[in-house]
Parts: sequence; structure tokens; C-alpha cells
Amino acid sequence: MKILVCISQVPDTSTKIMLKDNDTAVNTQGTTYIINPYDEWYALIRALELKESGVATDVHLITVGKADTEPVIRKGLALGGDQAIRIDADSVDPYQTANYIADYAKTVGYDLLLCGKESIDYNNGSVGVMIAELLDADYIGFATNIQVEGTTATVKREIEGGEETDVVNFPVVIACQKGVAEARIPNMRGIMAARTKPLNVVTPTSSAAVTTILSYEMPPAKAGVKMVSPDNMDELVELLHSEAKVI
Amino acid sequence: MSVLVLVEHTDGNIKKKSFEAVQYAAEIAKKTNTTATALVLGTIADSELENLGTYGVQKVLHVADKKLDELHARAYASALIAAAQKEGSKIIIALHDINGKAVAPRVAVKLKAGLVSGALSYPDLDKGFVLKKAVFSGKAFAFVNITSDVKIITLMANSFPLVAGSGKAAIEKLDVTFGDKDFGVKVKSVDKVTGEVSLADAELVVSGGRGMKGPENWGLIEDLAKELGAATACSRPVADAGWRPHHEHVGQTGGTIRPNLYIAVGISGAIQHLAGVNGSKVIVVINKDPEAPFFKAANYGVVGDAMEILLKLTEAVKKFKQHK
Repeated sequence: MKILVCISQVPDTSTKIMLKDNDTAVNTQGTTYIINPYDEWYALIRALELKESGVATDVHLITVGKADTEPVIRKGLALGGDQAIRIDADSVDPYQTANYIADYAKTVGYDLLLCGKESIDYNNGSVGVMIAELLDADYIGFATNIQVEGTTATVKREIEGGEETDVVNFPVVIACQKGVAEARIPNMRGIMAARTKPLNVVTPTSSAAVTTILSYEMPPAKAGVKMVSPDNMDELVELLHSEAKVI
Repeated sequence: MSVLVLVEHTDGNIKKKSFEAVQYAAEIAKKTNTTATALVLGTIADSELENLGTYGVQKVLHVADKKLDELHARAYASALIAAAQKEGSKIIIALHDINGKAVAPRVAVKLKAGLVSGALSYPDLDKGFVLKKAVFSGKAFAFVNITSDVKIITLMANSFPLVAGSGKAAIEKLDVTFGDKDFGVKVKSVDKVTGEVSLADAELVVSGGRGMKGPENWGLIEDLAKELGAATACSRPVADAGWRPHHEHVGQTGGTIRPNLYIAVGISGAIQHLAGVNGSKVIVVINKDPEAPFFKAANYGVVGDAMEILLKLTEAVKKFKQHK
């Protein structure tokens, strides 16, 4: 069984976002990059667990990005991926990213495709679903547990107002969140091994974007905090009622 | 040419956020000189469907197939496409929630349509078809232009206040021919949470951090939440320590919420936590450390012992409700 894990390079969670060029771009100077936490902590680690338990034979990582994404890809290999694919492109939107990945995936034929529930940079959560549609495959989002037997997966997932357990046949795309696996730290042996693992650079297929970001804006600064004495909670309730009008 | 909006319901009761999506679609229809049509799937009474007219749709298409009572995203996508074809819709609206996120990207691929996920604004038609959405988990906003002919939007709930009108919608049954693959995912068991306020949809949220000292003190958070009719949430260290279930974790790597009121108790306000909650309209921070960074992002602050303040605040809310 072959697994493809989609990973996205994102700014570290502690990054303060700053804009440049008249707010038409994000200033990435000095930004530290990481693998999108949902992709790494849950999708990748679950894929590795499935390989360790003998269920999966291959774990491939794929990302869309230029050469500057390679250190992040190597980290994925250090954690235990067998090989990585980098689609050599700066993707403009999720539609383009999904097309690039799906076009590559078709050439290999993966049984299980795993990704995070969303990336923490653009927060769309749409690439995984789009890949599923492009591959004519099923998709399960917000997974919290994935078990594999033969050519089916049993997946526990969050639904509106609760939880459900689904059974689905391969090929399937599953988007992972907390619960699917526990985060790991790469060990020295893994880091050494990652240096010589294959990292294939692939030319993107032609696919046009259907959205573009025109500009950015920073959230408005808060007007300042109004302090209330801990002995006067009646006043706080009154403020929330008559001034803030939220209760 | 009508603007098409996908409506969600729980056991036949239309969700409040779906009324918001309907109102949003009707407003876009007005701006683009057309009408709005709602699509409703599964088992629901006509009397409930009529309520959709109150928020501005002229027509309701109802696919009364029982199989659609469960989320089958591919079937939902097929139904949306059938409805869009029937109505000649070039603009399709869904919610940015678990259902909408599973359906809208599929429809986008099928129709080669641009999708904006989690829109916070109406489209700016002067600049193209531009929508505002949060990026970097709320640390910034982006203005995204959809360049394709067909346009799809998932709306972030709680972005626009609901204003009920007096319209009435005509109900029309729609038959959709589903393919074999539309029901490929087999639902084995469903476990609905009842009685609690769902965090993602909550208008009021009480959240606790490490300052709560231990899971044994969570009764105080729950008491206040119950008094307010609020949902409960927590910070990442609390979820990681197993004091609270993972689904309550809000922040950049947990859930993102944007309630009307967010009360943070014993949470210092790390940048990752703020990213998940800074869309809240009003933030109250309760912390014993006057230097806690969260105060800078707060509207109201109280410095002092979390447990004591929670007790007093719960009492004050109780008193307020009695006199209201």
C-alpha cells in the first residue's frame, strides 16, 4: 500500500506577520518555516505508523514550492518518509496546488493520500478535497482516528454537532487533525538518513489559477483595555450588557 | 442566473448560521440584480423551508432524499451542481464549516470555479469580485479576487447580524440523479453531542488556561458558561495535559473561533492562542499577572485570582439575569 502525504511549508506559529509593497505582499524576511503542523504532527506521523506496523509499503511526501522549501521537506524525510517529491512551482491558489499534486499522484497511483485539515497560512482547507475530486476519489475531512485493513480505511471524524465513524475504500484522501497521531521529534539517525533519501524535483503540469490575492490588511489595533476591579464583577456584567452589548 | 445558497439543518431545524448564509446570498443577489435560491437537502418540513423567505430568498429547491440526512459530500456536490444548472447560477454560497468545506471545493473543481474559503465580506464588485478573508489564522486579512466565470464562496459564520424580513419563498421539489460514487463513504455510526453549546457555533465562549491550575477547577468555568449559555474552550497546554478534550483547544493549531464574547481565564495570550480567537468581537481577560500579553488584545481586563473572580462573575451574571 502506497501513501502520499501532502505537506505545506508555512511560517512558524510564533511568526509576527508584516506586510510590504503597499500591503500587496507579506514580508517574509527573517521568517522561520516549518511543515504545516497538521500535515506533520498528524498526517505524516500516521503514515509512518502505518508503515512501521507493516500496513504501508511506501510513504512519499509531496509539496509544491521552489528550492527554498527543501529544508522543510528534508525534515519530513528525517521523521521517516521514504522519498519526497517537490513540484517546482510557486502556486497561486489551492486549485492550482491541487491540480499539480493530483497530476503527479495519477502517475504513481496511491492508495491513501493524507493531508492536514488546513494549512495555518491561508486557512482554506480546500486542497485535499480538490485533490480527491480531481482523482475521482472519496474524501474524509477532520479525521481524528484512521485504521486501515486491506483496501479499506475506518475513519473517525468530526461532523457538525458530533462525531461519526466511516468506512471507505481506497483510493481516499483523508484530512487529519488532533487525535490521528502524536507529534514526534526526528532523531539523529533519521536526520542523517534524510540527507541521502531521494528528493525528486518535478516540473509542474500546466494549470491555471482561478483566484488571486490583490492585497493584505492587518487587523485593527484594539482601542485599549478597560480594567475592572476584581471586587466589582457587577460592573463588568453591566459593561458587557450596556456598552459592549454582547449579553 | 440566481445566486444559489446551500442551507444546512439539524434534524429538520434550519441552523442560524444558514439563515445568515441565506441573507448573505440575498444581499449579493441584490447587488448583482438577480434573485437568490436556497438549496436544502434531506428530511425537512415545508413549514420550516418557508422560513427561508424571511431572509430574502425567493425560491427554495428541496431534494427530499433521506440519504442526504447524513453528510455525503459527493452527493451534496452533485445536488448543488444540478441546482446551479437548473438556475443558471454563477455565484454559489455555502458555509465555512465542516459541511461547506467538504462540498464547496468539489463543486469548485467540477465547475472550474474560483473559491474563496471563509469570506468575511460581501464581494467588492468595483475591483472585480473581491472578498476579504482571514489568513495566517487571523493574524492578517487578504483580499482575494475570483477571476473565473463561476464564483464560489464559503461564508464565515457570525460575520453579519441577522435581520428578519417578511418575504415568502416558493418551495419546489428537485429530483437529482445520483451516481454510484456519491455515497461511497459508508457511515458506520454517528455520535451526536446533545445538550452542550457547540464551540464552533457559539456566540459566547468561556475559556480556561494553565492559570486554572488543574482539571478539578473546571467546574468554575462550566458554571459561568452555563449561566451565560456559553460554550467552553481551553488553551493548548490545557488540552495537551489532558485536562480538557482536544476539540476544546482553540488557537492556531486548534480551532479558530469568532464569537461575540470570549472570556479568557488564566490564559497568558501567546501569539498562537491569539491567532485562534482574535476574531472575537469582545474579549475579556482575567489573569493574575497584570503584564500578561493578552491584556493588550482585550476589551476588558480583570487582574486577580482566577477562581475567586470566576465565582464572583458567575454570581454577578446570575443577579443580572434575575433583574433583566
